[in-house]
This record gives sequence, C-alpha cells and structure tokens, in this order.
Amino acid sequence: MTLLLALHALVAVLALSVLRRQPRVGAWLGVAVLAATAVYAVAAGTTAEPHGESWIWVEALGWGIHLRLDGFAVLMVLIVSVLGAFVLAYATTYFDMDQRFVRFVGIFVLFAGAMNGLVMSADLFTMFVFWEITSVTSFLLIGLNDESATARFAALRALLVTGAGGLCLLAGLSLIQIVAGTTAFVDLATNTPAGTVIDVALVLVLAGAFTKSAQFPFHFWLPGAMAAPTPVSAYLHSATMVKAGIVLIARMAPIFGDRALWQWLIVGAGVATIMIGGARALGQTDAKLLLAHSTVSQLGLLTILFGIGVPIATYAGVAHLLAHAVFKAGLFLGVGMVDHSFGTRDIAVLSGVGRRMRTAMVMGGLATASMAGIIPLFGFATKEKSLAALLKTTDYVGAAGTVALVGVVAGSMLTVAYSIRLFVGMFGTKPEVAETELHHAPSLGLWLPVYVISLASLVFGLWPSAVGRLLDAPASSLDAQSAGELVLWPGVNTAFALSVVIVIVGVVIARLVPLRLIGSRIRLSGEEIFRAMYDGLLEFSRVATSRIQTGSLLAYIAVTLLVISAALVVGVLAGFDADLLDGVIWFDSAAQLVIAVSMAVLALVVVFIEQRFVAALVIGGVGLGCAALFALHGAPDLALTQVLVETMTIVVFLLVLRQVPQRFEAPPRWAPRVLRVGIAVAVGGVVALFAALVSGSRTAPSSGISYADLSLPEAGGKNIVNVILVDFRGFDTFGEITVLAVAALGVANLVKMARREKSPVGDQP
Amino acid sequence: MMGRTSVVLDEADRWLFRVIIVVSLFVLFKGHNAPGGGFAGGLIAGGAFVLRYLAGGALRLRRALAFRPLAGIGLGLFVAAFTTLIPAILGDPALTSAIVTLDVPIIGTIKLVSSALFDVGVYLLVVGVVVQILLALGSDPLEGRS
Repeated sequence: MTLLLALHALVAVLALSVLRRQPRVGAWLGVAVLAATAVYAVAAGTTAEPHGESWIWVEALGWGIHLRLDGFAVLMVLIVSVLGAFVLAYATTYFDMDQRFVRFVGIFVLFAGAMNGLVMSADLFTMFVFWEITSVTSFLLIGLNDESATARFAALRALLVTGAGGLCLLAGLSLIQIVAGTTAFVDLATNTPAGTVIDVALVLVLAGAFTKSAQFPFHFWLPGAMAAPTPVSAYLHSATMVKAGIVLIARMAPIFGDRALWQWLIVGAGVATIMIGGARALGQTDAKLLLAHSTVSQLGLLTILFGIGVPIATYAGVAHLLAHAVFKAGLFLGVGMVDHSFGTRDIAVLSGVGRRMRTAMVMGGLATASMAGIIPLFGFATKEKSLAALLKTTDYVGAAGTVALVGVVAGSMLTVAYSIRLFVGMFGTKPEVAETELHHAPSLGLWLPVYVISLASLVFGLWPSAVGRLLDAPASSLDAQSAGELVLWPGVNTAFALSVVIVIVGVVIARLVPLRLIGSRIRLSGEEIFRAMYDGLLEFSRVATSRIQTGSLLAYIAVTLLVISAALVVGVLAGFDADLLDGVIWFDSAAQLVIAVSMAVLALVVVFIEQRFVAALVIGGVGLGCAALFALHGAPDLALTQVLVETMTIVVFLLVLRQVPQRFEAPPRWAPRVLRVGIAVAVGGVVALFAALVSGSRTAPSSGISYADLSLPEAGGKNIVNVILVDFRGFDTFGEITVLAVAALGVANLVKMARREKSPVGDQP
Repeated sequence: MMGRTSVVLDEADRWLFRVIIVVSLFVLFKGHNAPGGGFAGGLIAGGAFVLRYLAGGALRLRRALAFRPLAGIGLGLFVAAFTTLIPAILGDPALTSAIVTLDVPIIGTIKLVSSALFDVGVYLLVVGVVVQILLALGSDPLEGRS
C-alpha cells in the first residue's frame, strides 16, 4: 500500500510537470490510481489479519510511517478512492482546460494520496504527517482561483485554523508519546495511559480533530472554503478531508472514550455544531453554502456517534458516515451541474429547473430524501440506527447521552427543514420568479457521476441489511464489540416514533420560518472571533516591532551588551567562590602588562576623540595590541589572523567613512558620555571576571590535550590550531564561514538598497 | 581618492599583486603544519585586491576579476560542504580526513590531506567576501555627499 501512496505522489508530480499540456491524461491517470487503490483495499482488506506496513524513521521513538489496513481503513479508503475517482472524472468536464485545471489535477491527486495514507495510519504520528499534507493541499485547492481575494482569504483562514489544530495535535501526540511511550492505536488500546497529562493531551488532540472537522467553535472556516470550485468542495469539504477529524476521533474513542472529560467535550462540541450548522443552513439561499452548513451539522452528528465511545453508536457512526459521504457528494455534484447548466445556484433565483431536467430532479430528490432521512433511502436506515443507538447510550454514559440525544433530534428536525427548502428551491417552479434560462445542457461527464452516486442512496437504502453486514468489519475493527444490522423497516418503536416527529416538525419549520430569519440571528460566530484575533495579532506585532526595533544602533548595542553581562552576573553570582581566583596569574612578563595597560588607555582615549577616522585607527591599535598578546602567549596563528583582520577592518572603515560626516554627532540625551563609558566598563569588567572564574573552575581535563595527541595521526597536520579548525571542529568553521557569506550578501544588498533610495530623488541635502 | 592615481601605488600593484597571491597560497597550504591556513591566506589574498582597489579604484578591480565575488563565496561554501559530507556519504563520520602520501620524482614526497580541501573552501570564501565588500562599499555611485 506504500507503493500505491507513492503512485499518487508520482502521478501528482507528473501531472504538474511533464503532463502540463495534457491535463486530461493526468486526470485519467489519477482516476486509474484511485481505482487501483479501491480494488487493492477490497482485495487486501478481506483477509482476516489486517495488513500492515512500516517504514521506520526514528527507531528509538518508534517514529516512522506505520500503515495498517483494518476494516475501518478499508471503508475509508473506499470512500476516498471511489468518490475521488468520480469527482476527478467529473472535473474533466467541469473545468476549462487551462493552467488552473493542471494545478487542480496535481494537487487533487496528491491530496487523495495523503487522505488514503491518513485513514490507513496505525499511529498518531503517521496520521499527523498525512494530516498536515491534507491541510496544505486543502489550502491550495480552496485558493485555486487565486485571482479572487475572497478565495485567497478563505484559503488562508482554513489553513490558519486547521494549521493551529495541527499544532495542537502535535503537542497532544507528543504528550501521549512521553507518557505512554507509544502513539500506536493498538498499543494504546492494550495499555491505556491515564492521568492529568493525558487529559491535557486529549484536549489538545480533540482541538486538532475539531478544527479539521469544523466542529464548534472552529466551524466557521468550512463555509468559507466553499470559495473553492465545486468538485473540490464536494470532495475535500464534504466527503473526505473534514472526515479526518472524525477518523481521529473514531480511532481514539474506543481507547479514551470512557473519560467524562472526553465525553462532555465530544457531546458539547457535537451538539453545538449540529444546531449552529442546521440553523445556518436554513438561512442560506446559495445552495452550495446551504450544503456547507449542512455538512457542518452532519459532522457534529458523526462526532457524537464516533466519539461517545459506545459500541452500538460506533456502528451507527460507521453507517452514517457512509450514508453522508454518498448523499452529500451526490448533492454537491448535482448543485455543481445545475450551476454549470443554468449559470446560478441561488435557490431564490432558480425556477423551473425541475421541469427542464426531470431526471436530475428525481436524482436530486433521492439524495435530498436520504439527507432528510426519509424511508426507503439509505439515510433513513442510518438515522434510525443512530437514534436507536443514542437511546441506549444513556445507559452507558448518563447525562451526556441524554444531551446528545436531544441535540441530535433537534438537529434532525432542522435537517428535514433545510432539505425541503433546498429541494423546492433548486427544482421547483416559483410563480413570482421568471424561469431560469438553460445555458447548455449537461454533458455525460457531468450527469453520469451525479446520477450514479445519487442512485447509490436508493440502492443502499433498499437493501440495507446487505450493506449493514459489510459494515460489521469496519465497526468491529474500531471497537471489537461493535456490531449491528441495518434494516429497511424497523417496525414501530421509539426510534421510529422520534423519526416521525422529526419529519413533521421539520416540515412545519420549513413552512413557517421565513428564509434568513434564523441564520441571520446568530451573530456571535467563530468567524468574528477569528477575524478579531487575526487583526489583533497583526496589530500586536506591528506595535511590538515599532517598540523594539527603534532603529537606534546605540540602543541595540546597549541592550545587547547589558543583557549579556546581566546573564553573566547571574551565572557568576550563582557559583561565586573567591578561591577560584587564587590561581589567576595576572601576567607572565612585563611586556604583557605594558601592552595590556596601553590597550586599556587606548580604549579610554577613543571615548574622547571626535573624528571618526581617528577613532577607527585607535580601535585598530587596541586590536593590534591584542594580536601582540596572542603572539607573546605562544599563539602565532591567532596573532597572524588578528593582524590581518585588523588591517582589513581599517580598510572597510575607510570605505564606510567616506559616506558619513567626519565628526561624531552629538549623543542622544538619554545616553550621555558618562553612561556609555559606565556601560562599557561594566561590561568589560564582568566579562574579564567571568573569564578568570571560568578558567579556574575546570572540572574535566581540557579536550585540547587530546587534540594535541591526535592531530598528526588522525588529521595528518602538525598545526593543531589549523587541524582543529578544518577537521576536529570543522562543523563550527563551516557554520562560521556560512555566517561570513551571509554577512557579505547582507552588506551588498544594504548598499544596493541605499543606492536605489538615493538615485531617483537626486541630490538631497 | 578617485580620479587621482598614485604612481607609487600603481607600481606597487603591478609588481606585488601576483606576489601577494602566491604568498597567500603558500600560507594557505602551509597552514596544516605551520601558522597559516585558509582564513589567513584568504585575508592576505584579499589584501592584494585591496591594493589593486587603492591603486585603480573599483573599475580596475572589477576588470581584474576572473569571476564575480559571489561565485567565489558560493564555490567556497560548496567545497567546504563537499569535503564535510563526502566521508559521511562513504560511511565514516563527517569530516573524517583521508591522508594520501605520494612520491613524486624530483619534488619529493607529497602528503595530501583531504581537510586541506576544506581550507581551500575557506580561502575562496574569504577572498570572495573581501572583494564583495570592496565592490559594494567602494563603488563610485555611492558617493552622494562627499
């Protein structure tokens, strides 16, 4: 299966490079790879023992790519690959054959590969890696229409929200790794860690899942993501990527689902999401946005079913996940088809579509009815199962189960209401609106995927028990006790009674509540919070930058030096011992003393010199004194280099001084000469004291001694200094010359910029 | 400084430029066993370019260059990185030195140490940096308010 994932990447690269001029070829290659993956999943997934593959990266941490194709993975791979193939085929007709389509094909196939990897992940780390790839590819796909500012902002927002969630997930999985020593789902299930740290980790992991699956309070990015082309919305933002969070929850719930914290987080976020999504869907006139809000709502339901950690609910979740993927993909593609044919998808404007396209209306009706949970569509069977499961859940988890049940029932009423509104709006004939003109009838490539996917809702619904049996393996691979069956006619029981009430209330809501009323009432949305935080962050960094980066070289140097010496003072005070200074030899010869004293005098003299050039020369004198000290100390290499560097420094000074006034400017008022001298002396004193203390507090033998012995045999050189530079500590040298190179580039660019600023204005005073 | 040329500097440049370069190479290669090395050698060679700049200005300096200083910097970094990583690719710890001793007729025994190549990288980079700074700060158009 690693091979298949690699094939996805290969096709993506090909589509973006060699096949740029034949994007159709790339697209059909992608369809082929996706189809092959689906076939493989069915073939390999029917064996008793789940097939696994591992590629180790960091052995000590167990990190690497660990894939495992268990029942649930097979189901998800099938959804990802089959729907992916359909959507990609549909896209060849939907898009114009331009560069945008080239990009779409490449990124889409890459995304599908990452998604397949994600659902097959056997541990949190692997999942995180694929998770991040889906975040980035989703960003690129939402922003596919890169000339639209709305699309760009929506893409950025989705990336920031899901990216922040990704970071939370990384933090959470790291905590789990630290406490449990593993992030593999199988190991965590057999040896479940507990404790406060794990609670924190779970909150972080759930935050990641909630951002990805658009759960409250992170739900707002998903409707914005509808700026993407319809095939993208249909696939990423309804069928696959937004299910990544659900997959994560589904994997974690059987392990950690019995914790009260987990249950309340799941139920709280789930119910809030169901209600907000449903209410907002009811207020939309853009059919695609309506579907987006509906997806948010349905994701809330899936979060509860998978997350509550009760076997029967898990089974219902698996079933409803399939049902939702099928009907929502059909609806998205259907809306895209109507949009393509009639030039609009606004349900307030569309009129007479059903009369023109009878088959489309029937197919749309099937998918909508499945969404609303009407017998005999597949959505009915799965919703019955969900209600029945939640009715029993109360026995397991108490109050949280009751809240979940009430939330799901209320949310289902909204679902029925907006389903009716969507269907009537899309296909109905409105007397007060002129009939919409048909631009061009949909071609085979557009209608075939829509019809096939929509019919699946009916076929699955008519034979639910057959589908239900196939879902046993996925459900039991998540939770061994999870099994169940789906039936067409459950008989009159509590769940069915609830269903009837749901449909009746839903119809009433659809009739009575005027359009836009509910949706517009919900003001406090995550969207505004996000915008406030986004703007606030930019403002904060602007203020912080202007405060810290004052542009005063004097201030920069003062701060740097004071911070360094403060750190040294703290260190010296912590381990101060007057005995350490006993062994200090102040000087070996009179020459050293003379040189050192003259260096100090020269340094002091610099303070009183007013001409820059003279000051530079005197500082050079201090440097030469340093070179002399090196030479006297028996370090000819250092002395040689010091002299050369001082010479070069003088030359550079000369070059720079041509550009600045000859005399120093008056110092700013906050830094009189006394203060500057004080800082300089203090820093120098602290550094000298520190050096003396450090040389007296050696606890291990000097590594230089071993260098001396090793120099000739190991590195073939007699000059130890040079051997240290190019061999023993070659990495340090490499780092230093890199810094040198960067500094030279910086100088060149600064000068270039200064020139550019000067030239257009001409002579400035 | 520009415009006026000094005969002394001009002659010094003509006679000394090549000599300084040779000396810098000597310091570079001698460095493994005696004071010197890539950094010192590079600075000495940089001094030769400074001399040429002082004698003839940025224009003459530019004309004397076989390749652009940025190329020297890049080549130096590459050579240093190359010698650092080759042992790692061959399976030894990075920066492991290889020592080859050759007996060449007339000249005598030559010992080649791979880390000398690292020093050559340092040398190239330092020369590049010096010339780059000379050209950047020393070119005429910057003289706005002299």
